[in-house]
Amino acid sequence: MDSVHSDRPGPGEGQHIPIALKILIAGGFGVGKTTLVGSVSEIRPLQTEEVLSTASEATDDVSGVEGKNTTTVAMDFGRITINEDLQVYLFGTPGQDRFWFLWDELAFGALGAVVLADTRRLADCFPSVDYFETRNTPFVVGVNCFDGIQRHSATAVRSALDLDPDVPVLLCDARDRQSGKDLLIALVEHVASRRVPTG
Amino acid sequence: MAADPGRDGQPDWLDMDAGPVVRPYTVTGGRVKPVSGFDLVAFVVAAPLDRVDLAPLQPEHRTIIEVAQRPVAVAELAARVDLALGVVRILLGDLLSAGLVVSYEPQPAASLPDNDILQAVVNGLRAL
Repeated sequence: MDSVHSDRPGPGEGQHIPIALKILIAGGFGVGKTTLVGSVSEIRPLQTEEVLSTASEATDDVSGVEGKNTTTVAMDFGRITINEDLQVYLFGTPGQDRFWFLWDELAFGALGAVVLADTRRLADCFPSVDYFETRNTPFVVGVNCFDGIQRHSATAVRSALDLDPDVPVLLCDARDRQSGKDLLIALVEHVASRRVPTG
Repeated sequence: MAADPGRDGQPDWLDMDAGPVVRPYTVTGGRVKPVSGFDLVAFVVAAPLDRVDLAPLQPEHRTIIEVAQRPVAVAELAARVDLALGVVRILLGDLLSAGLVVSYEPQPAASLPDNDILQAVVNGLRAL
């Protein structure tokens, strides 16, 4: 690329660059991650795709003609503008286990995560909880009460997930904007409480 | 395998549901090597349009420059130009080497964010 060699164009000169914070919305498949992103985002959730190429070395494909498989993983995300200096990006994590490695990119530099749980399929959120605990990423658990039905108390969920006592567990409705905001506020306050052990 | 050409010259089976007809990495000339940097929430800004000679650029490079006239996060840029993240990163790498974009990577998590920022986020969320 040698389209511009004369004057330095000075991209970004005088442009105001906000700080972007990344929050992950995790949980099992179909638990309401995209719904939650949509209910709190100021924009209609956007989708970004990553193309995964699996090299053929792990397979016995001898043809060599089509030596790789490509899979596309879509990640939904939304944005909340706090003020001109601050933007929060919410990324829904891919639901299927085989896309685990994408999580590392998503989790890199993330402020924290909201793990959505469905009490009918509580085990679906175990991998997410495990992942964030292992990486020491702050998270809160939102128990998504589908149809407004609360089947189990937050205490029961906490106990079933064997969470550390300081991890906030909230009942929520992923469709409800206020409820989604409450989850995010709980997360950010949780992050703040971990950051300042000595006050 | 020959398909019957449709009315507009496209084979009948090739409708919108088929998705992009161009393989994703064709626009990078087959380059698939991951480009470092360009975090999902890094902001990129392109040089002002009137200072860029667009003619020698690939259409995808041009589109990126147009979208990035104002600071835009990499994830959002990829969504708006409708290309896979890995592809956009390679194209951004080209533009970066040519001095046509700058990238502002987010601060590493360890140094971010201080409590004033967290408080501002909580206040901002409450005010939404």
